[in-house]
Amino acid sequence: MTTTTAQSEVTYLEAISQALDEEMARDERVFLMGEDIGTYGGAFKITEGLMAKYGEWRVLDTPLAESGFVGAAIGAAMMGLRPVVEMQFADFISCAFDQITEVAAKNHYRWGAAVPMVIRAPFGGGVHGGPFHSECPEGWFFHSPGLKIVAPSTPYDAKGLLKAAIRDPNPVLYFEHKFLYRRIKATLPKEDYIVPIGKADVKRVGNDISLITYGAMVHLALEAAELLGQEGIDLEIVDLRTLIPLDKETIYGSVRKTSKAILLHEDNKTGGIGAEIAALLAEDCFDHLDGPVLRIAPPDTPVPFSTPLEEYFLPKVSDIVTAARKLAAY
Amino acid sequence: MDMADVTRTIKRADLLQMYYYLRLTRALEDRITALYRQGRIVGGVYTSHGMEAIAVGYASALQRDDVIAPFHRDMGAFLIRGFTPGEVLAHYLGKRTGPSKGKDGNVHMGDLKRGMIGFVSHLADNLPVATGVALAFKIRGERRVAFTGTGDGGTSRGDFHEAMNFAAVRTLPVVFFCNNNQYAYSTPQRLQMAIHDVADRAKAYGMPAEIVDGNDVAAVHMASTRAIERARAGEGPTFLEFKTMRMHGHSEHDPAKYVPRELLEEWKKKDPILKAEQLLQQLGYGDDAYFDEVGERVKKEVEAGLEFAEQSPLPAGPEVLEGVFATEDEVAS
Repeated sequence: MTTTTAQSEVTYLEAISQALDEEMARDERVFLMGEDIGTYGGAFKITEGLMAKYGEWRVLDTPLAESGFVGAAIGAAMMGLRPVVEMQFADFISCAFDQITEVAAKNHYRWGAAVPMVIRAPFGGGVHGGPFHSECPEGWFFHSPGLKIVAPSTPYDAKGLLKAAIRDPNPVLYFEHKFLYRRIKATLPKEDYIVPIGKADVKRVGNDISLITYGAMVHLALEAAELLGQEGIDLEIVDLRTLIPLDKETIYGSVRKTSKAILLHEDNKTGGIGAEIAALLAEDCFDHLDGPVLRIAPPDTPVPFSTPLEEYFLPKVSDIVTAARKLAAY
Repeated sequence: MDMADVTRTIKRADLLQMYYYLRLTRALEDRITALYRQGRIVGGVYTSHGMEAIAVGYASALQRDDVIAPFHRDMGAFLIRGFTPGEVLAHYLGKRTGPSKGKDGNVHMGDLKRGMIGFVSHLADNLPVATGVALAFKIRGERRVAFTGTGDGGTSRGDFHEAMNFAAVRTLPVVFFCNNNQYAYSTPQRLQMAIHDVADRAKAYGMPAEIVDGNDVAAVHMASTRAIERARAGEGPTFLEFKTMRMHGHSEHDPAKYVPRELLEEWKKKDPILKAEQLLQQLGYGDDAYFDEVGERVKKEVEAGLEFAEQSPLPAGPEVLEGVFATEDEVAS
């Protein structure tokens, strides 16, 4: 993304921090809650400096009790505040599962109470985090009506989607990939912008195969696309950005053009988001398909710690190349 | 009960109003139970029979802009907050005119405009939520109070403890209560916890607690008032244990044979309506003729409500698809 009033490059992590800072400055209803986010600035330093700027009641350090503070965020949101909750790691969101799926997700449907809140969840592997600091738990929530789910892959999307999430009148789960925090940079527009929830983005235009993915896997896909381009296989990369509501129009548009689809994600394979999209393609794009819908995803195991195990677990560029060659032959 | 305490802290009109709500609650829930037995109400029916003094006592102690996250045996709180018998019955019958438009049933009613948070079946889930309501009041500097509670069983949940702890750490304006009715479904208190008084739990959070006769509406009202005033003054949360007895089964399908009959006989003598009548008589505020007159009045209100509910339309099937997500204009301010 470029703009005439460009600022210096920021990391994915800094883009998230900027979004929080700017939304807090713009709207006094916005406040942050989580473990170690105040004085310490958060485990990943996303909220560093914000307590000094906005005070301890807008950057609220909580006890170590995810269900308790997510529940509290729901209550504050129903009173008209705009809480942004930080999970120290997405893995810990399981402690708040009940509050998210039973309370936040159902309140509006059951009795008309809007719950405008965001839960930021640093997710994903590749950081030697092991089974409790590497999970991709978005699939659990993908099945829960009443939630919105976003997962940005670039600094531009990270900032714009977080702003959109904070301004949304519903509970939004914001999955930020911690592998990307300090690894990618971009120059962002100086002026306020949002990336609308519910809009996928074609990160690479291509004609042969639609590779549909999100999060850190977008970068793996882009890398694979360069290699495959050299052998004449032209990938189109659809970055979902939003998981709920899914942008079916963009997904279908791409698959109807290329007639072939690969679904790639870092969450394990069974019952994952790829499975749902594969089913949608079978239902709605069957006549356009020239080959099987393929999935690339980790095996159904916890995320392992040891380097060779984790390397084996995570999808690789070579997995994409192999799948694309197979599909290109149809 | 010290009569001087009652007359000093509760106005005659307010006490009579509480009595009216006790009777209205009983009449409404008895009607609901009858409709359930006739098969006209489907699903679960959880009543506050024999426990009506708790919700009536605390809800009448709150200000209009305070917020309640009630327990599922707190019908009196809904009535005090302006839910009419017609609305309640429409809700139980799954009608479109009920507060959930048929999306949810039994006592799962809520309305932010009337300061009522919708109940969640997962007991104690709304305690952290009420804590967050109080957090919003504190952040905005409002002198409002949140009031919430659960049963003896619900105090085993982590959410109960997480909420109590968070509220105490941040000195939030919230009051927690436990309506200790001695049974969580079929599980007696002795299999739920190793303590005699649920109020002991508050000590772990540095929170003051009070044990109150939950069948005495004046005692509930006065204890609630003390806790609410403390919260409003910025002194933080209080825990109230209302001792009572569940006189019906967990829900109306449950004959509760696991409860010793003698225990029920003993508590029948402490019925909250009976107790309120004794108090009113002692104070010279009411006599049998008055009590009968109130009984007739609430009966008529309930029957009128039933007529409204029965004449109300059911939702159409496709309405199931409405309301999963909120729009910006629905966000509270």
